Amino acid sequence: MKREDLKTRVLGILTTIAPELDAGGLRADEPLRNQIDLDSMDWLNFLVALHEQLKVDIPEADYGKLATLDDLLAYLKEKLPA
Amino acid sequence: MIEFKLPSLGADMDQGKLLEWKVKPGDAVERGQVIAVVDTSKAAVDVEIWHPGIVEELITKPGDTVPVGMVMAKLRETGEVAPAPAPTIPPSLRKPASPAARKRAHELDVDIDKVAGTGPHGTVTLADIEKAATRPATAAPPAADRQAEMRKAIAAAMSRSKREIPHYYLSEAIPMHRALAHLARANEARPVTERVLMGALQLKAVALTLRRFPELNGFWRDGAFQPGAGIHIGVAISMRQGGLVAPAIHDVDERGLEDLMRALADLVKRARAGSLRSSEMSDPTITVTNLGEQGVESVFGVIYPPQVALVGFGRVAERAWAEDGALRAAPVVTATLSGDHRASDGHRGARFLAALREQLQRPEAL
Repeated sequence: MKREDLKTRVLGILTTIAPELDAGGLRADEPLRNQIDLDSMDWLNFLVALHEQLKVDIPEADYGKLATLDDLLAYLKEKLPA
Repeated sequence: MIEFKLPSLGADMDQGKLLEWKVKPGDAVERGQVIAVVDTSKAAVDVEIWHPGIVEELITKPGDTVPVGMVMAKLRETGEVAPAPAPTIPPSLRKPASPAARKRAHELDVDIDKVAGTGPHGTVTLADIEKAATRPATAAPPAADRQAEMRKAIAAAMSRSKREIPHYYLSEAIPMHRALAHLARANEARPVTERVLMGALQLKAVALTLRRFPELNGFWRDGAFQPGAGIHIGVAISMRQGGLVAPAIHDVDERGLEDLMRALADLVKRARAGSLRSSEMSDPTITVTNLGEQGVESVFGVIYPPQVALVGFGRVAERAWAEDGALRAAPVVTATLSGDHRASDGHRGARFLAALREQLQRPEAL
């Protein structure tokens, strides 16, 4: 999947979790949780949705690698088949 | 004949608007079945019935606002023969109303039995009738109205709490390295769909501890403490657009952690979607609030009447921690107890928090 397509998918999922999100105003290099009101339940729901829609499993130990949108996309690109 | 009355859906709700019946006359209903959807200031609530039977008559019409305790439908016991329809309501069962209100209701073509009375003992006043006549019967209110209504409901419940309940407050720092390590280990083996959050672990710890402190779990009613029938924890859930609800998870002490986590996830999802059940709204025996994720160290909550206690958790954060004569960095959470001094004393409250701390040192037992 191309990075841009992946970004669209990820932002789409994120918007279902946080409907007030202005995806266009999101800074890709700043921590997501500083910009969006995501508690641990929201975050878990986000990961479950990624798991269901993109068939990718993210272990808890990797949460630290997923602070920003850039981090998340790089991580997913590596995990997904090209 | 079984009368189905609008149940109380929390201290801050005294009336509700029927949005929809889920049953029709002739339907058989089971205990626990959702039979109506009622709009309150906080959410559209699925109202359950607790007596099986066959629906005889639906009295309240969709769009009508009815006070708590009003008969909304009549059912007959399974096997009971359908009676001949009663032509009129006997005067003793008529809604109390002032003569002026009755006259005005007639003039304005308002059904007085459907009007929520604000006078003494629920008496319908002239003002109630005029208000009812101008209120259009519509579906759920728009979001902005819901916001304003929710704010009002919270204001009423919290003002009542601070007026009536002599709160005392206690706090305790609880080391969390054991609980965190246990959870990380357990979650490693779980697929993402079954992962358990610290919030669920904390709820279970509170519930197990409460078994030994029944005076914190229940209600203050009519000048006396009534213990709760089970440990039904109200979970404070913030709404994304502001405001909060605190519906119950039932029998938390008896649930396994995975089951509790599923219940918690489901409750949060439904609360935010505005789809809660009447039993969840009406019977929490204590409330737990967690503001740690918003970054605060501790929260001293306002008790939700008629409950008698509230447990708060702050952020789990690394702090300098002295244990066994050594100082080290350790994850610590501050747990607090807001207690109703009419129902319990600080001494027992302190024992409760100490027991909660010990409980969280044995996460494998949760």
